[in-house]
Amino acid sequence: MIVQIIDICYLVAVVLFILGIKLMSHPDSARRGNAIALSGMILAIVASFLTPGLNNILLILGAMALGTGGGLYFAKSVKMTAMPQLVSFFNGMGGAAAALIGLVEYGDLPMDEVGKGAVLMASLVIGSISFSGSLIAMGKLEGVIKDIRINKILAFLMLAVAVALAVYIITSGEPQPVLVYVVVVISLIYGLAFVYPIGGADMPVVISLLNSLTGVTAATTGLLYNNKVMLMGGILVGSAGLLLTLLMAKAMNRSVANVLFTSFGSAAGGAGSGEDGEQVAKEINAYDTSILLAYAKRVVVVPGYGLAVAQAQHAVHDLEKILEEKGVEVLYGIHPVAGRMPGHMNVLLAESDVSYDKLIEMDDMNEKLPNTDVVMVIGANDVVNPAANDDPSSPIYGMPILEVNKATNVIVIKRSMSSGYAGIQNALFFDAKTRMLFGDAKKVLTGLVSEVKNM
Amino acid sequence: MEQVIQYISVNQEEFYVFILAVFVGIEVISKVPTVLHTPLMSGSNALSGVVIVGSILVLGKTAPDNYVGLSLGFLAVLLATLNVVGGFAVTNRMLEMFKKKPAKKQ
Repeated sequence: MIVQIIDICYLVAVVLFILGIKLMSHPDSARRGNAIALSGMILAIVASFLTPGLNNILLILGAMALGTGGGLYFAKSVKMTAMPQLVSFFNGMGGAAAALIGLVEYGDLPMDEVGKGAVLMASLVIGSISFSGSLIAMGKLEGVIKDIRINKILAFLMLAVAVALAVYIITSGEPQPVLVYVVVVISLIYGLAFVYPIGGADMPVVISLLNSLTGVTAATTGLLYNNKVMLMGGILVGSAGLLLTLLMAKAMNRSVANVLFTSFGSAAGGAGSGEDGEQVAKEINAYDTSILLAYAKRVVVVPGYGLAVAQAQHAVHDLEKILEEKGVEVLYGIHPVAGRMPGHMNVLLAESDVSYDKLIEMDDMNEKLPNTDVVMVIGANDVVNPAANDDPSSPIYGMPILEVNKATNVIVIKRSMSSGYAGIQNALFFDAKTRMLFGDAKKVLTGLVSEVKNM
Repeated sequence: MEQVIQYISVNQEEFYVFILAVFVGIEVISKVPTVLHTPLMSGSNALSGVVIVGSILVLGKTAPDNYVGLSLGFLAVLLATLNVVGGFAVTNRMLEMFKKKPAKKQ
């Protein structure tokens, strides 16, 4: 009877995991999703305590108490900026736990079962890689570990040796207690060699990949015990993590292969600031933009001539209304020469019923921009070009501009990457904070209105 | 080779779960906005701490005089707990920024 109850608990836990991840992929429900996934985890842990014949309960509780204390302490005390490091650290712990389980089980398992042996070796190898890789990733994010180039072929050979040894251990039919530790050591070194050469800026992608690997080890551990909550939970993380890795790489405008197999320095170039040929602007889609907008406290619209050309002033007013309904403060930053004549923008916007007190002049707006979450630059270019402030060789040097790069996020809505009225390239488009949303201003804004409505 | 095929055949239920879970994982997060990438990574990281179940089982069946096994098992439970508790706690902190804003005035 107790075994059946455990099975049902595991089943419910798996459902809670899936629901949790599902809810976590939307901002409104994300916190609830996290809580639901946590409740599933608690259920799974409680159920595993019910296992008949469980010994060393005090020891288990002691380890859990220590882990809980440590985990809560780290999670509460870490600074917001250092969170990726911590995630990487926790991920490494999971990988290490899987590898340790493999080590203990190796002694106990009848080694005539090749299938189980293979699963166990997979836990050992992948868990070790995930552990050492995660710690290196953490060190690189922290800045304590520098980029080191490691020969790719050498690293690959290490992995090959580890796998070959694992195969030998499984098929030899005899216990190989020493060789098992050798496999672990080589896998640990491979984890280091795998992450070392990857640039610090690409670490989030790597951590996501390592996270996916830890999920796989949880699943192989589940296979070892024929335990479906570990199997299902682990694979869920493994595949979701892999997709997330791809999505993150895409958002950073990099391919995963590029991240993993290009040593830092060879591709990252771009130290010379003036060469815009090397630079790549990052794109964003309407859905992501609508989420940024709806969860902002203050959004500033910087309209330019492009807005007038596209006849998008009514659409922008619609977006303003729907954002205000969501409690977002929407203001307009009006540059004196926005449009083609002074005051052009004020007239156009007033015509579409934008209230006057929302139109803020450049100097007042520049004071507000550092406290602004999202700036939407619509069809404007030169009036937000930072070259006017910092590039004496630029034809517009000295022109006062709206300093939009002081805001947290900048969305530039433009038809293409072409330069503005002054015919010069704009470094703002390549700024780390900037995302490009390409398209006709009116169409893009109408699209954003419906995305925000649907949220 | 025969033994591997044998293993898959005996455990085919697990392999079906395996394959289906791959698709569920992909399906469930297929439309995630960029702002949620990091919290979601952190949340799924916490979930991979489900190895804690395995750690509990392995420590729970280790003989009381097998000191190597006991210490490795103890460490496994400790580290897996760190992964689970820390993972969920840090995810929750990240997601606090999505708390509902106070209703607007007017």
